[in-house]
Amino acid sequence: MSKSPKFIATALIACLFGAPAFAQQKSEVKAGLRYHIGRAPTADEIRGWDIDVRPDGQGLPEGKGTVAQGEKLFMDNCSTCHGEFGEGNGRWPVLAGGKNSLTSDNPVKTVGSYWPYASTVFDYVRHAMPYGNAESFSVNEYYALVAYVLYLNDIVTDQNFELTNKNLAAIKMPNEQGFVMDDRATSEKSFWQKDPCMKDCIAPVKITGRAAVIDVTPEDGKDGKPRGVE
Amino acid sequence: MSKMDSPRQSRRSFLAAGAGVAASVLAKPALAGGNPANQPPNVPEWTKSLGEGVAVRPYGKPSKFEKDVVRRDVEWLTASRESSVSFTPLHELEGIITPNGLCFERHHGGIAEIDPADHRLMIHGLVERPLILTLEELKRYPRVNRIHFMECAANSGMEWRGAQLNGCQFTHGMIHCVQYTGVSLRTLLEEAGVKTNGKWLLVEGADAAAMDRSLPIEKALDDCIIAYKMNGEALYPEQGYPMRLVVPGWQGNLWVKWLRRIKVGDQPWHTREETSKYTDLMPNGKARRFTWSMDAKSVITSPSPQAPIKHGKGFTIVSGLAWSGNGKVKRVDVSLDGGRNWWPARLDGPVLDKALTRFYYEFNWNGEPLLLQSRVQDETGYVQPSKAELRKIRGVNSIYHNNGIQTWHVQANGEVENVEVA
Repeated sequence: MSKSPKFIATALIACLFGAPAFAQQKSEVKAGLRYHIGRAPTADEIRGWDIDVRPDGQGLPEGKGTVAQGEKLFMDNCSTCHGEFGEGNGRWPVLAGGKNSLTSDNPVKTVGSYWPYASTVFDYVRHAMPYGNAESFSVNEYYALVAYVLYLNDIVTDQNFELTNKNLAAIKMPNEQGFVMDDRATSEKSFWQKDPCMKDCIAPVKITGRAAVIDVTPEDGKDGKPRGVE
Repeated sequence: MSKMDSPRQSRRSFLAAGAGVAASVLAKPALAGGNPANQPPNVPEWTKSLGEGVAVRPYGKPSKFEKDVVRRDVEWLTASRESSVSFTPLHELEGIITPNGLCFERHHGGIAEIDPADHRLMIHGLVERPLILTLEELKRYPRVNRIHFMECAANSGMEWRGAQLNGCQFTHGMIHCVQYTGVSLRTLLEEAGVKTNGKWLLVEGADAAAMDRSLPIEKALDDCIIAYKMNGEALYPEQGYPMRLVVPGWQGNLWVKWLRRIKVGDQPWHTREETSKYTDLMPNGKARRFTWSMDAKSVITSPSPQAPIKHGKGFTIVSGLAWSGNGKVKRVDVSLDGGRNWWPARLDGPVLDKALTRFYYEFNWNGEPLLLQSRVQDETGYVQPSKAELRKIRGVNSIYHNNGIQTWHVQANGEVENVEVA
């Protein structure tokens, strides 16, 4: 077996050139440059899924629909759950009413009493309604439906009002100023403590309420399963 | 012995009394119930015959004797099961990992049953290189494994006005904790190249509600994951198969299931789920928005109304869970008298960032009624408040983020009920 100078030189060159090439490949990945996995979506693919809308109107598709057109769609597709006037049947969502109720004992949070932006109604309805057949209406039908929901809330008052991609963002919702950023870090600062109290922290307590009295807990007993102490 | 004794004293007293306890147990063997023919000195039936062979159960299930360990719902809460919630049976579980089939569910349009071959994840908007990925392509990106709790912001939301549901499963069961495997969201955002004005993400699901939420870029680049495995196996359909977003420590609604689209923008979208829902109405009529993080919270899972004390007085284990969306659990204390006096609980098992932590408090119960509570402090110093302290600031109409201290009333017969104390 010969260890000729030529062989050693070849091996050395391979090492010298091989090592840096390997290191370079590794460092590209490490720096988070690119993995080149996946492909670019086509403009068509993006268009089909790009359905979100934000308060300034960005994302609104070209289209229009009137309150009257929306009323018919609503009666045929929505009123079974939401009620003819948006009052909500059973536990299905109430869409209208609840004015001035937010400080009451029973706040009623509707599009008119609570939702800060009209764009949210369009975004939501276009994403999720009609319930069980989402994204099945035409763009114009969605404008008409949203126009009718705004009408149910007295936000627009003319039956002939036509909602469009040009005027939706200009609609002011009554409760737009009703929101504040999460302020727990300051308003609840007292919850941060050095050492929690361990002894005689409060006066002796008594029971003031019992879930058993309210009696709304589902019971396994109904289908023969045991519950509680045997 | 007083029920207020410290655990150390209690255990010593218990051990001293041990001989007597053992004698009383021996005297009444029938107490354990069951079929005496299978009990000593007899040879039980499962010893006298062969059981099922391997692979008869290609995917294993719990013992048939555990059939009551299931998710449950509260029918009157919602109009339909497709847009509703089921609850994790916390009172039956131990450790910190929730089995996949018991993780609570919250859907807005039912469970999407997605063929992974047809699922696509699209990343577009303010990015240099819009991207569309299949599941197989997502799996080619570097993987991370993380254990995190996921809590619905409405967990305990039914309890704002007072004790209402008589079971830990119902009062606290909108939480689970599993190990996720997936790709760091940061990795994908770097692949797509977020433009300098990209400040917010819209994350959207492929289900019948196509639920969408806004996520700030800081969080997206911090610790979010696009997960495709939970506890080692593929996500369950009800948890977002084939892929979901994991947003550690933040409200469950952001953890979009069946994730199909991420759009980068420069402003939040103010979607339905972050305006009309998941905003916290204060007594002055103003609502807090973007209350993403889940504050520290704890609950005793056993004993609890569905898990009464069946053994009578004597050595008793209090088992519970604590967690914080802002870091690790630092300590847990337990009270037997409704919050007047507290004793340190013992943390057992891993104490992980934004994960469930198991705690125990062991004592010798003298058989007198108890008002059991637990209280967590996280590593930021935040101490879980009482319900009274919370209501003083937030009133009773904020629905979300009820992390107040829970009280269980243990009666002399071992039954437990959900109560309010003052």
